[in-house]
Amino acid sequence: MGGIPHDHYEPKSGGEKWLHNRLPIVGLMYDTLMLPTPKNLNWMWIWGIVLVFTLVLQIVTGIVLVMHYVPHVDMAFASVEHIMRDVNGGHMIRYFHQNGASLFFVAVYAHIFRSLYYGSYKSPREVTWIIGMLMYVLMMGTAFMGYVLPWGQMSFHGTAVITGLFGAIPFIGESIQIWLLGTPNGAIAQPALNRFFSLHYLLPFILLGLTIVHIWAFHTTGNNNPTGVEVRRTSKEDAAKDTLPFWPYFVIKDLFALAIILAVFMAVVGFMPNYLGHPDNYIPANPLATPSHIVPEWYFLPFYAVLRAFDQDVWLVIAVNWITFGIIDAKFFGVIAMFGAIVVMALAPWLDTSSVRSGRYRPMFKWWFWLFAVNFVLLMWVGARPAEGIYPYISLIGSTYWFAYFLVILPLLGVIEKPNTPPATIEDDFNAHYAPKGDGATPVASPAE
Amino acid sequence: MFRKLSLTAAMALALTAGQATAAEVEIEVIDYDFSFEGPFGSYDQMQLQRGLQVYTEICAACHGLEFVAFRNLSDEGGPGMPEDQMRAYAEFYEIFDQSLFDGEGDFRPATPADKFPGSNLSTAPDLSLMAKSRAGFSGPYGTGISQFVNGMGGAEYIASLMTGYHEEPECALEGEPMDGFYNAAFAAGGFPDSCKDENGKHKVPGSWISMSQPLWGDDVEYADGAPTDLESVSKDVAAFLMWTAEPKLVARKQAGLTGVLFLTVLSVLLYLTNKRLWAPHKHKD
Repeated sequence: MGGIPHDHYEPKSGGEKWLHNRLPIVGLMYDTLMLPTPKNLNWMWIWGIVLVFTLVLQIVTGIVLVMHYVPHVDMAFASVEHIMRDVNGGHMIRYFHQNGASLFFVAVYAHIFRSLYYGSYKSPREVTWIIGMLMYVLMMGTAFMGYVLPWGQMSFHGTAVITGLFGAIPFIGESIQIWLLGTPNGAIAQPALNRFFSLHYLLPFILLGLTIVHIWAFHTTGNNNPTGVEVRRTSKEDAAKDTLPFWPYFVIKDLFALAIILAVFMAVVGFMPNYLGHPDNYIPANPLATPSHIVPEWYFLPFYAVLRAFDQDVWLVIAVNWITFGIIDAKFFGVIAMFGAIVVMALAPWLDTSSVRSGRYRPMFKWWFWLFAVNFVLLMWVGARPAEGIYPYISLIGSTYWFAYFLVILPLLGVIEKPNTPPATIEDDFNAHYAPKGDGATPVASPAE
Repeated sequence: MFRKLSLTAAMALALTAGQATAAEVEIEVIDYDFSFEGPFGSYDQMQLQRGLQVYTEICAACHGLEFVAFRNLSDEGGPGMPEDQMRAYAEFYEIFDQSLFDGEGDFRPATPADKFPGSNLSTAPDLSLMAKSRAGFSGPYGTGISQFVNGMGGAEYIASLMTGYHEEPECALEGEPMDGFYNAAFAAGGFPDSCKDENGKHKVPGSWISMSQPLWGDDVEYADGAPTDLESVSKDVAAFLMWTAEPKLVARKQAGLTGVLFLTVLSVLLYLTNKRLWAPHKHKD
């Protein structure tokens, strides 16, 4: 792996040399663990470890659950209850897995918003960002298919809504929906459950593979950091002034943060494991009885709000409908908007025109960013509301801002904003917080040595 | 004591957004206190046994408990019935066994390994998970503090349903007679037009349920001499159904507590390690 100059692994003993000449695996592990990491990383850089931990947690608990789960429409619900009641520790494993999905999304949203604020998506880290977005989409697919497996009321009717999204595509939508569900009449039945089960088992391993690529990509470019200033690569000595090795400095720091997060997670699992779920999913699936209020899991709500925001009363939808001779109706427009919301986010590296990377030195950007973060929470809230009264307007305003942020604000800010000057080096930033001895306690940037 | 929950019934499928006219149904759920609320709460063994008695003598006439095995009645953290009593209780039930009579099947007395029979009436839902599948959950929209302190509320809902049978409100007498029975805690039943205002908003809480009032007070006689008024009996059966829905609640809370304590200690140790590790680089030693 290229990038920041640092000491590489040197095999010393005969045995080490023997292995290194045949398979440099120790060297690979050494270089990965000893990666020079900017020493000014703040607490928002801990979410990567949380995500890796959660992925492993979900895979391990998932593998155990599969040993007892039966993917059959008549037995799935009962087999989950069997896990909850009869399998040793099964109730804990199942609640870990169920709430692990929420932990996963808490971490991924924190991780994404950190990238958006500190400009981690910008050159040269676009590939890391794009892979990350791909992983996020796969995560959503995996979470959705996992939610189907208990075959409760929300599983069943949620499947109807989600596969219905594909049915909204003009001309080919119905065929796609039938193909997804695997039944000639588009009924949600055994074939759907079987394929969702298969994919729910497969996708986490693809995620694991992409995690390695994601890490590989940012190990090549080096980590971003709160200043957005790159590590000096002029020499090994210069680089060492800006960085500390990942092990032990950041491993211990991240583990500390992980322990706190897991303590909260443990409290949720132990004391209120159903808080984030829906009571209706404890009723076995019944195609004939639709729950009064179909709401997706909390982590889908912002996008669910975008989906519902563009109804047939919005002039833009009416205009598009008219221009396309009715091919793009309100339903399809909503689907395009929902997927589009993720696409524009993935395109952020090319939409952000600012020469300064970190939001810390962008006085105007800061405001728009925090508005974007508040808007995200607002969309999450309104996504759980019924589509009546004032709520559709809130959804519409929130969704419009989502698109405006990426398509208008990020490109324009780079032109009209006058950014502040970031510190010259990471070392300066670090020393400004932790003044070297003899320099007094004044927290100002001090020249090196 | 009255905590009114507002439930939104009837929201059309997501994609017909904009046109859906949802009717708000208010229900009255009374915030009864239960021993299993809060992070340290656990089941009251005697209450579960009393609830089992109410279930056996009244509910079981129509309803079933198809996910609960008889052996669970002896589980620790549950009703904790002595094993001989539990065996005797199981034999009381007749179970259809397909393997008997050369595969033709026949009835036989239940053993501890068998599950309770399912519902006798197709219209009577199974009660195993009722306490987890019904309103009263305070999630996922609240802050969660309420659920953390008060539990998920399913037992409150069941007890409120048992005590929620009232005289039909006067407005209902004006229109067509309703099928079923008026219950202030039930959301999903029929509702007369004469009890709606001009905007379609309901003037009285609850709706009409098809189950007739099952408990009236003094329906059972408890061996332990506990009170048998309507509220007490309702709470007993609600507690029992909370246990059938979440039999591992006590073990789960213990695991949660152990986990939180362990992780708190671990995080303190990691904090100190981290501080010491970074000190020379932060010019602090």
